[in-house]
Amino acid sequence: MVIYGIRYVQQIKGEKSMKILVLAKQVPDTDKVKIDPLTGTMIREGLDAVINPLDLHALELALCLKETHRAQITVLSMGPMSTEMVLRDTLALGADRAILLSDSAFAGSDTWATSYTLSEAVKKLNIEYDLVICGEKATDGETGQVGVEFAVLLNLPVITYVSRFVSLQNDSIVVERTVEDAYETWKVRLPALISVLRSVSEPRLPTLSGKKMSLSKKVEIYNARDLGLKNNDLGLTGSPTRVVKVYNTKLSRNCQLYMGKDLNQGIQEVVKILKNYKGSVRR
Amino acid sequence: MIGVVNNQIDKNTLELLGKANQMAVKIQTQVCLFIIGSKELKVDHVKDYADLTVLMLSENFGRFSLYPFLINLEKAILKYRPSILLSPATTFGRTIMPALAARLRTGLTADCTDLDVDDKGNLLQTRPAIGGNVMATIITPNHRPQMATVRPRSFSVQPEKREGRVRIEEITELEDSCELIKIEKREPSAQIDQAQIVVSVGKGLRRKENTQIAEKLAQLVSGAVGATRSVVDAKWFSHDHQVGLSGKTVKPKVYIAAGISGAVQHIAGMQTSEIVIAINKDRYAPIFKVADIGLVADAYSTLEQIVKILEDESDA
Repeated sequence: MVIYGIRYVQQIKGEKSMKILVLAKQVPDTDKVKIDPLTGTMIREGLDAVINPLDLHALELALCLKETHRAQITVLSMGPMSTEMVLRDTLALGADRAILLSDSAFAGSDTWATSYTLSEAVKKLNIEYDLVICGEKATDGETGQVGVEFAVLLNLPVITYVSRFVSLQNDSIVVERTVEDAYETWKVRLPALISVLRSVSEPRLPTLSGKKMSLSKKVEIYNARDLGLKNNDLGLTGSPTRVVKVYNTKLSRNCQLYMGKDLNQGIQEVVKILKNYKGSVRR
Repeated sequence: MIGVVNNQIDKNTLELLGKANQMAVKIQTQVCLFIIGSKELKVDHVKDYADLTVLMLSENFGRFSLYPFLINLEKAILKYRPSILLSPATTFGRTIMPALAARLRTGLTADCTDLDVDDKGNLLQTRPAIGGNVMATIITPNHRPQMATVRPRSFSVQPEKREGRVRIEEITELEDSCELIKIEKREPSAQIDQAQIVVSVGKGLRRKENTQIAEKLAQLVSGAVGATRSVVDAKWFSHDHQVGLSGKTVKPKVYIAAGISGAVQHIAGMQTSEIVIAINKDRYAPIFKVADIGLVADAYSTLEQIVKILEDESDA
C-alpha cells in the first residue's frame, strides 16, 4: 500500500473544502509560574492565561492541512471571558472562526459536563466538521478525557495518542498512533476525532500581520441561554464528580549533601538504594 | 460489585484486583474482572483473584479499536452493574473509560494514585492536582458506576483469593470505521509516569552523547529516563520524556535529577517522588531543596561511577 505524505495529496478541484474543528482550552501560563515557598503549591493568581500548549500542536496540524488542502478551521473553547484573548491568538495564527462558550453556569464543570456542553454547542450552533482535532490533554487538569467524551457524545470515531498525521484522502485520514508496545497506523473514515501528541506538529509563532488581521475578527461568544441548555446539566450542578478534599503533601526533605571528600560516601548511599531495583523485571 | 476493566492480563490487572479486593472486603461486595481482548488471552492464573471474570474475546480484538470494545463493554457493564469501575491509566484505559463514562453519563477521575471506599460506598479517588504536591480527593456521589483510571504501580498485588468463576459473553460484532493498516512493534520502554525509578537529565550533562550514561543507569534498574524542558527543546529527548508542568508529573520510588538545577516548572512535576537524589555541581542549586540526597559533583562522571559500581556488583 502506498501512503502519501500530506503534501503530495492534491485536492480535487471544485470539491468542497474540509471543515476542521479544533478543541482548545485556556490554561495558566506555566512558564511564569511561581511556587509558594511555604506550601510548595503553585501560585495561580495573576498568571496570564495561554492556550494549552498541546492544543497548539492540534491547531498547527489543522493549519498545515489548510495550507495543503482547502480547509476551514473553527476553534471551540469553553471557559471564562478571558479565554477570548486566547482564542484571538488562534485567529492570528490562521484559524477562520473562533467560538467561546462562556457563562457562570458553566463554572465548576467536570469532564462530563464540559464534554456535554461542548457537544451540545456543536449541535445547537450547527458547527460543521469533518475532522476534530484536540490535544492529548491539558497541562492544568491533565485528565485527557474531554476529547474522547465529546466524540462519543457525538458518536464520532476516535483515535487517541496520534503521533503522526500520515495522509488525508477524500473521505478518510491515515494516522499513526503510539501506544505502549507499538506504532499503529489507522485509516479512519471521516468525520472523526483525533487527539494528538506533541510530535504531530511543530507550532508556528504568530506574525505581526496575523495579529493585526485578528483584531478585525470577532470571537463569537455564547452563553447557556443562547445554546438553550438547562442549568441542571451544566457546571458544578451537572457534574457527576465532586472534589471533597484538597491537601498538600508537604514533604519536608532534609537534603543530606555530600561533596568533596565525602562524595564517595554519598555515591555509596545512592548505590545502596538503587541496588534494590537492579535487574528487577521490566514490563 | 467492584469491577476492573482491562484488555490484557498483566501486572496492572493484578494490582487493580488487589485494591478492588481490599475495598470489597471493607464494603462487603464482590469483585468482577472484565476482560475484553484477543482470543488468546488466558485467565487461569488471575481468575481466582476475582469472584467473577467476564470474558469478551474475539479474533478481531487483538488491537484496541474504540467502538467495537465500547459497545460490548457497555453491554456487560449494564448487565452486571458494578458500582465501581476501575481501569489502568494506560492508552487503553485512558481511551475506553472516558468513552464509557460519556455513554453511561457518569463521572470519571483520571490517573488516580490512591483509592479507598468510605462506609457509604463512595469511592474516594485521589489524584495529584496541578502543580506537584497538591492532592485532590474526588467522589461521584449520585452516579453509577463510579469510575477511575489508576496510574500503574499505585498498588501492590494482594494474595487473597476469591470465588474464581468465569463467564463468557457473546460478542456483538459491528462494522468499524477505523481500520488498522499497519503495525510496527516497539520496545516497550518504561514510561516515565509508570516507572519505579526515573533518571532525569538536564543541561548539566553538557552534551547529548553524555545522556547515554543516564539511559544505561535506567536500564540497570529497570527505570525510565526523564528530561527537563531545556533538554527536550534541544532535541536530546522527545517530549514524552519531559518532566514538569508542561510535561508529565511523575511519582516514582526513586527520582534521580542529574545536572538539573531545579526550575519551579520541573520541581512541580517530581516533588512527590518518594526518594529524590540530586546531582549538581552547584551546591546552591534549588533542586537540592527538594532532594533527600544531594551529590555536589559533575553529573556525568557521578552517574558513570554509580553505573560502574552497580555493574561490578552484578559480576561478583
